[in-house]
Amino acid sequence: MSVDKDTVRRIAKLARIALEEDRVEPMERELNGILAWVEQLQEVNIEGVEPMTSVVAQKLKMREDVVTDGNIAEAVTANAPVSEDNFFVVPKVVE
Amino acid sequence: MSLPSKLTDFTLAEARNAVSGKKVSSIELTKAFSKAVADAKPLNAFVTETPEKALEMAAASDARIAKGEARPLEGLPLAIKDLFCTKGVKTTAGSNILNNFIPPYESTVTQNLWDAGAVMLGKTNMDEFAMGSSNETSFYKPVLSPWRAKNSNAALVPGGSSGGSASAVAANLCLGATGTDTGGSIRQPAAVTGTVGLKPTYGRCSRWGTVAFASSLDQAGPMTRTVRDAAILLRHMASVDPKDSTSVDMPVPDYEATLENGVKGLRVGIPKEYRIDGAPPEIDALWQKGADWLKALGAEIVEVSLPHTKYALPAYYIVAPAEASSNLARYDGVRYGHRTKEAIRDITDLYEKSRAEGFGAEVRRRILIGTYVLSAGYYDAYYSRAQKIRTLILRDFEQAWEKCDVLLTPATPGPAFAIGEKSNDPISMYLNDVFTVTVNLAGLPGLAVPAGLTADGLPLGLQIIGKAFDEATVLRAGRSIEIAANFTAKPQHWWAA
Amino acid sequence: MSQHAAKTIKGETGEWEIVIGMEVHAQVLSKAKLFSGASTEFGAEPNSHVSFVDAAMPGMLPVINRFCVEQAVKTGLGLKAQINNRSIFDRKNYFYPDLPQGYQISQFKNPIVGEGEILLDMKDGETITVGIERLHLEQDAGKSLHDQHPDQSFVDLNRSGTALMEIVSKPHMRSSEEAAAFLKKLRAILRYLGTCDGNMDEGSMRADVNVSVCKPGGYEKFRETGSFKHLGTRCEIKNVNSMRFVQMAVEYEARRQVAIIEGGGTIKQETRLYDSKLNETRSMRSKEEAHDYRYFPDPDLLPLELEQSWVESLKASLPELPDEKKARFIKDFGISAYDAGVLVGEKELADFYEELARGVDAKAAANWLNNEVLGRLNRDGLGITQSPVSASANNAIIRMMGDGTISGKLAKDLLDIVWSEGGDPVQIVEQRGMKQVTDTSAIEKAVEAVIAANPDKVEEIKAKPKLAGWFVGQVMKQTGGKANPSAVNAVLKTRLNLPDEG
Repeated sequence: MSVDKDTVRRIAKLARIALEEDRVEPMERELNGILAWVEQLQEVNIEGVEPMTSVVAQKLKMREDVVTDGNIAEAVTANAPVSEDNFFVVPKVVE
Repeated sequence: MSLPSKLTDFTLAEARNAVSGKKVSSIELTKAFSKAVADAKPLNAFVTETPEKALEMAAASDARIAKGEARPLEGLPLAIKDLFCTKGVKTTAGSNILNNFIPPYESTVTQNLWDAGAVMLGKTNMDEFAMGSSNETSFYKPVLSPWRAKNSNAALVPGGSSGGSASAVAANLCLGATGTDTGGSIRQPAAVTGTVGLKPTYGRCSRWGTVAFASSLDQAGPMTRTVRDAAILLRHMASVDPKDSTSVDMPVPDYEATLENGVKGLRVGIPKEYRIDGAPPEIDALWQKGADWLKALGAEIVEVSLPHTKYALPAYYIVAPAEASSNLARYDGVRYGHRTKEAIRDITDLYEKSRAEGFGAEVRRRILIGTYVLSAGYYDAYYSRAQKIRTLILRDFEQAWEKCDVLLTPATPGPAFAIGEKSNDPISMYLNDVFTVTVNLAGLPGLAVPAGLTADGLPLGLQIIGKAFDEATVLRAGRSIEIAANFTAKPQHWWAA
Repeated sequence: MSQHAAKTIKGETGEWEIVIGMEVHAQVLSKAKLFSGASTEFGAEPNSHVSFVDAAMPGMLPVINRFCVEQAVKTGLGLKAQINNRSIFDRKNYFYPDLPQGYQISQFKNPIVGEGEILLDMKDGETITVGIERLHLEQDAGKSLHDQHPDQSFVDLNRSGTALMEIVSKPHMRSSEEAAAFLKKLRAILRYLGTCDGNMDEGSMRADVNVSVCKPGGYEKFRETGSFKHLGTRCEIKNVNSMRFVQMAVEYEARRQVAIIEGGGTIKQETRLYDSKLNETRSMRSKEEAHDYRYFPDPDLLPLELEQSWVESLKASLPELPDEKKARFIKDFGISAYDAGVLVGEKELADFYEELARGVDAKAAANWLNNEVLGRLNRDGLGITQSPVSASANNAIIRMMGDGTISGKLAKDLLDIVWSEGGDPVQIVEQRGMKQVTDTSAIEKAVEAVIAANPDKVEEIKAKPKLAGWFVGQVMKQTGGKANPSAVNAVLKTRLNLPDEG
C-alpha cells in the first residue's frame, strides 16, 4: 500500500499540521518509503492471533468516587498562551 | 576501596558511601558536578541547568545528614531527561511546542528520586518527544558524544533519544541520569557511550508526569556508569503508582542485594535471529565474547529461537507512531505550549500553524504515519496486524523462557556514527533500534552494559533481556558481564572550556 | 415483539412512515469525574472543577472511577441488557477546543453493555418494545462560550471528563409521540435506579434523534431482514433537550424529508441542529467535514473486566423499576393499566400514591390523586415533590371520607384548607365542626323545616319525584353541608312517600 499526494494532504488535515504545497511531494516520498518497509508485515500469518491490548497481566485499577482534585484554575491556565478570567481563549468557533 | 581523586569520577555507589559517611558534603559534590555541567557546554547535553536549585537541595541534604536523617540517595546529584515534568522547572520534551512550558506538577519518577534525597542538576537534552536514535531531532540542537574515534575530531552522536543523559553520564557530568525507553532510547545511547542503561519491565516505573510518546511502550529507567548504580537508581525510580493504570502492583525489590550473586547455573539464551546480515564483524565477535565470559563464570549457554524478531521494528513503526499521533494531539496551542504568531483565519488554522511550527520534521513525519495507519480502512491492515504481531513476539519470548532465564544479545548494530550521517534516511536511522525494540513490544526488561571498544576505540555494548519483573536477574547477569569485560575506557576530556 | 401501526404522514404522492432511533447521553450521578478526581458539580467558576488530567497536561493519565462503572452496569441491568464482562476503552480522535486531549475516551467496539429493551406504554393502551442497541461509558467534553467576545471563544473545562452513559436505541420508534415516550421512560428508569438525575435543563440528559422516512412496508421489511436498505437515509438531530422539543423536531424533520423526496431530491446523511425558537432543524456545517475518528484502544487503560459475582450482586440490589411497580400496582391495588402507567412514570409520583393509598380504597385513592391533588398541583405549577399537602395528610382525608366522618364535598373543602393553610386534617375537622351529621333526629328536624317552608314544592314533588334532589340540596344547606347525603335521602323518602328509584 502507498499514499498519493491527496492522501498526504488529507492526513495532514486530519492531524492538523499545516503542510506547505512544496512539502507534499517530499512527505509523500518519505511516507511511502516507510510504508514499503513495513509492508513485510503482510507476510506474517496472524490467523487466530489476538491483538495485544496490554503488555501487563494486571486488572484495571479503579478509584473510589471521591473528589480529590480541582480548584486549581490558576495552575491549570498558568501556561495558556491566551487566557482571561481563568478561561482559555481561542479564536471564535462557529458551530 | 580507595575513592577517586576527582569528585566527578565517583560512581553513584561511591558517592553515596562518601556522603552518608560524611567524607564529602553534598554541597561539595553538587558544586563539582554543577561546574562540570557548566564547563561541558560544547556537548549540549543539557537543555536547562538548575545549579541554584541543586545547591538548595544539596544544603537540605547536608542538613538531614547532620541530623542523622539521611535517605537512600541523600545529596546525590542526578541529571533528569527533559521528558520528566519537574514542578516549576521548564520541561520541553526537546520540542519547540513546549519551549515555554513550566509544569505545575512533578512526575512520579522524579518525585520518588527527590523523596529519596537526590539532587537535580538540570534537564537533559533529547530527541524531540523521544523520537530519534541520535539526538539530532532535538529543537535545542544535537547533543555530542564525549567519545571520538581514534585519530579523529569528527563529532559523533550519543545515540538517542536519551542522548543528553547518556552524554552527561559518560562525561561524568552527573552521578547518574534518568532516561526513557520506547524502542531502545535508554539502551542504545548507553551502549554507544560506554555507559549502563536499563529499561525496566513495562509497568515498573510510573508514567505519570512523563511526557508521553507511545503509551504502551514508554518506560523510564536509569542510566549510570556501573551496573550497581543502575540497581540503586532503579529501586528509587520504581514504585507502584495509583495514578497510572498501567503501573503494576508489585513491591520494588532491593536489586543491589542480589547483584553479586553471579551467574553460576544461570541459563543464558542466544537468540539466533539476532545475527543480522550486514552487521559489522566486531558486533558478532563481541557477542561471542560475552557468551564465553558468562560460560566461564558458570552460566549455561543455550541457543534459542525468537522467530518473529525481524518483524519487531516494522511493527514498532506502526504502533509507536499511531499512539504518538493521538498522544501529541493535545499540543494544540490552546492550554499550554507554542501558539502561532501568524495571522490566523479560524481555530483550525490556529491548530495547523501552531503544530506545524511547534513540531520538528521527524515528529511531523511520525504523526502523519500514525494518523494514516489508524485512518478508516487501514486500521486492520496496519495497527491491528501490528498488535497481533506483538502478541506473536511476546509468545516467542515466553517459549524461550522455557529454555533459558535471560537472553544475551548485542545492544546495537554498530558504534556511534557521525552527526548528519543518517539523518536523511529515516529507515537506516530506525535500524539502530533493531536489537532493542523487541523488548519494548513485549514489555520486558533489558539492560545495556559496556563490553568493549571497536578498532576505532568506540564503545560497544551487550544487552541482557530478562523475564517480566525479573530485573534482579538481569542486573546480576549484567554485573557478571561488567566484571568480565572490565571496561575502563573513558573518553578524552576534549570539551572542557 | 409488537409490530404496531405507524402514524403516517400524508405527502403529495402518498403515505409516508417515520422511523426513529435515539442516542441519549446521560450524565452519571457521580461526585468525581470518570477518569479524574475533580468534582462534577454544576455551575462552578470557570476551570475550577478541572484537574491536570482534565486539562490534558503533558504526562497526565486516566484512572477510572469504580462508581461510574457500577452505575453503567446498574443501568444496563435496568434496561434488561446484556452486561459485557470484558469491555475496552477506545480513543475517539478529533480536534475541538473543548476536547483538551484531542481525543475522547469512549467505548467503540466493545461496550460495557450490549442489547436490551425498554417498554413504552402508549395512551391508547398499547405497549411497545423498543430495542436498546448498547450502552457505553465515555467522557464529556468541556464548553466553549461564544457570546463573551465578538471574535473569541472562551473555553471552560469544568464539564470535561464527566462520566456519560451513551444509550443507543434501535430504530424502533414510529412517531414523535413514541420518541417522547421513549425519552420519558428512559428518564424514569434512570431516576428509579439513581444513576442519572435526568435533568434536561442542566444538560445531564441530552438526546440526539435519528429520523428517516420510508414508504409503508419498508419498516416491516427492515425488522424481518435487519437490513437498513429498507429504511430511508437518516439525519441525526443533535441536542434536543426536552420531551416537547423531541416531538416537535421529529415532526418538522419528517416533513422536511418527505418534501425533499417528493420534490425529486435525495436525503443527505448529516447532522442537524434543532432550533426550538424557529422550530426547525438545520444542517451543522461544522460537523460536515468528513470525520475519521481513528478509534483505537486507549493504551493508558487496560481492558475493563468485571466479576460475574459482582454483576450478580448489583442485580440483586436493584430497586423496583417502573414496569415491575406498574405490575404490582395493577395486581395489589386493582387499578387500571393506564392509571398504573401514569403513576409509575415518575418515581416520586408512584411513592406519593403508595403512601396516599395506604389502608384505603386504592381506586378512590387513585381518583383522588388524579382529580384533586394533581389538578391543584397543575393549577399552581408545582411538581409532586412540592405538594403543599403531604401524601399522609391526603391519606387522612381519604380515610375520613371513606368512613363517613366527612362528606366528599367537605373532603375537597378540607383539602383546600390544608393546601392553603397547612395543618393536620383530623384536627381541622374536629376544630371546625366539619364532621358529617348522621344523627337522624337532626336530619329529620332539618327536613321538617324545609317541608314547612315550601308547601308548593311538596305538592309539586308528588307529580315529579325527580324534585327530590332539590330537597336534598335544601337540607344540606340547612345543615351546613355536614348532613350525610344518604341519610338525608332516606328521611326524605319516608317523609314524602317517594317511590324507589330505578
